[in-house]
Amino acid sequence: MATPDPLAAFRELKFRDPVRARGLVDTVHRLVREIGRDRVSLMHVCGSHEQAIAKYGLRAGLPPALKVIMGPGCPVCVTDAREVDEGVALARQGVHIATYGDMVRVPGTWMSLADAQVDGAKIHVIYSAGQAVELAERLQEPVVFFATGFETTAVATAAIILKGLPPNLSILSAHKYIPPAMDVVAATPGIAVEGFLAAGHAATITGWGVFEPFVGRHRLPVVVAGFEPLDILAGLVRLLELVRDGTPHVANMYPRCVTKSGNLRAQEALWEVFEPAGGRWRGIADVPGGNLALRDRFASVDARKRLTIDVSSLPRRAAPILAESCICGSIMAGIRSPTDCPLFGGACTPDHPVGACMVSTEGTCRIWHQYGGYPDLGGIG
Amino acid sequence: MCLGVPGKVVAIDGNCATVDFWGVRRQVLLDVVDEPVAVGDYVLNHVGYAIRRIPESEIGETLALFEELLAQGDAADLMAGDVRGEIAGTGAAPDGDS
Repeated sequence: MATPDPLAAFRELKFRDPVRARGLVDTVHRLVREIGRDRVSLMHVCGSHEQAIAKYGLRAGLPPALKVIMGPGCPVCVTDAREVDEGVALARQGVHIATYGDMVRVPGTWMSLADAQVDGAKIHVIYSAGQAVELAERLQEPVVFFATGFETTAVATAAIILKGLPPNLSILSAHKYIPPAMDVVAATPGIAVEGFLAAGHAATITGWGVFEPFVGRHRLPVVVAGFEPLDILAGLVRLLELVRDGTPHVANMYPRCVTKSGNLRAQEALWEVFEPAGGRWRGIADVPGGNLALRDRFASVDARKRLTIDVSSLPRRAAPILAESCICGSIMAGIRSPTDCPLFGGACTPDHPVGACMVSTEGTCRIWHQYGGYPDLGGIG
Repeated sequence: MCLGVPGKVVAIDGNCATVDFWGVRRQVLLDVVDEPVAVGDYVLNHVGYAIRRIPESEIGETLALFEELLAQGDAADLMAGDVRGEIAGTGAAPDGDS
């Protein structure tokens, strides 16, 4: 999908401030030349960053030596098949399941919640934690909130728990905590990521200081960036400066939203309710401390402790033959791209997704299917 | 789901604020917002909760990004869709949706 002169096409893109965009792109080119290696890989961990990068065709304007890779930044996508199995098992036991929309079609080991719904299970799509409470109050039957999302979203789950849940509502936590996953990716051989772009709104909660221990451990820079194309370009410039200078530290390029300490009240609620637990993330295997489990104090609302979840009862349907070719896991680990997948855009589309990355609006495959990862700029502007 | 959405606080009742999102009024909970919030303030919201009081100096720039996003974003636009989902995630205000 390469264009003869990608930079010329890039200049046509409509930025709020095209002069500044041009200047930032020129700076990126200069910094990559100064670094002087034939490959510099930077990773972001946020579906909203990927949406902006792809939508505005930013990669087309970057030097070929610079690879901007999406890592495990899609919360729906990294929810493990085993966790989906728990939700499916509960649904098949007759419990109402409330969950965020994209989760419904994400495949478990044998089936998704949507498959269970076809078989008669009661699945309810919600947009906020509060709607799970309203649903339970209305139904007066057992409801489980299958709660997914990163720390930003987990704060809302913590808040409804601290306020007190209706007696018929339990929580099945599949919440994930991003910093430990960055540790795993940074230590994965073969990826060779030289710096991370961190998501601005998640850092609104955690503060940018949360990344300092990571920088200390891995000697890799982290830059917090916003979601506008200019914010992202400015974040990449800062990250490349830190790579060039060999001075790993945390830089905050989103000061209008992010402070060093973050939202302490939200953090208190988060850590009062949850504790870091080991667990599997789809695609990047074991992430020590990467799951958020309810503390023992909240066992009475923890679906895993309060209810019997019999995953072994699930019918062992043969996995769809296409799923064996799906490389979703490698894409989420940042090792491969959607265009490396034989199913992408053919057998696997947003209407008929094979893997989780094509289901979620924050999944790499879904985003690239919509906008192109290295876009044909003819259609953009 | 990583994207918060800004809105203007038009009324407060205890821990619950009525917030205006480009003409759509919704209820947002203030349990975990970082600073005390008053009527007239702007807050950043995620899945039904305010997560940050937006300082006055930053309101213009923050709103401009989202306005551009919603203005450009047709039904197929993924970011605009996520923003609309966030607005849908807040409870309907007592006096209706508008």
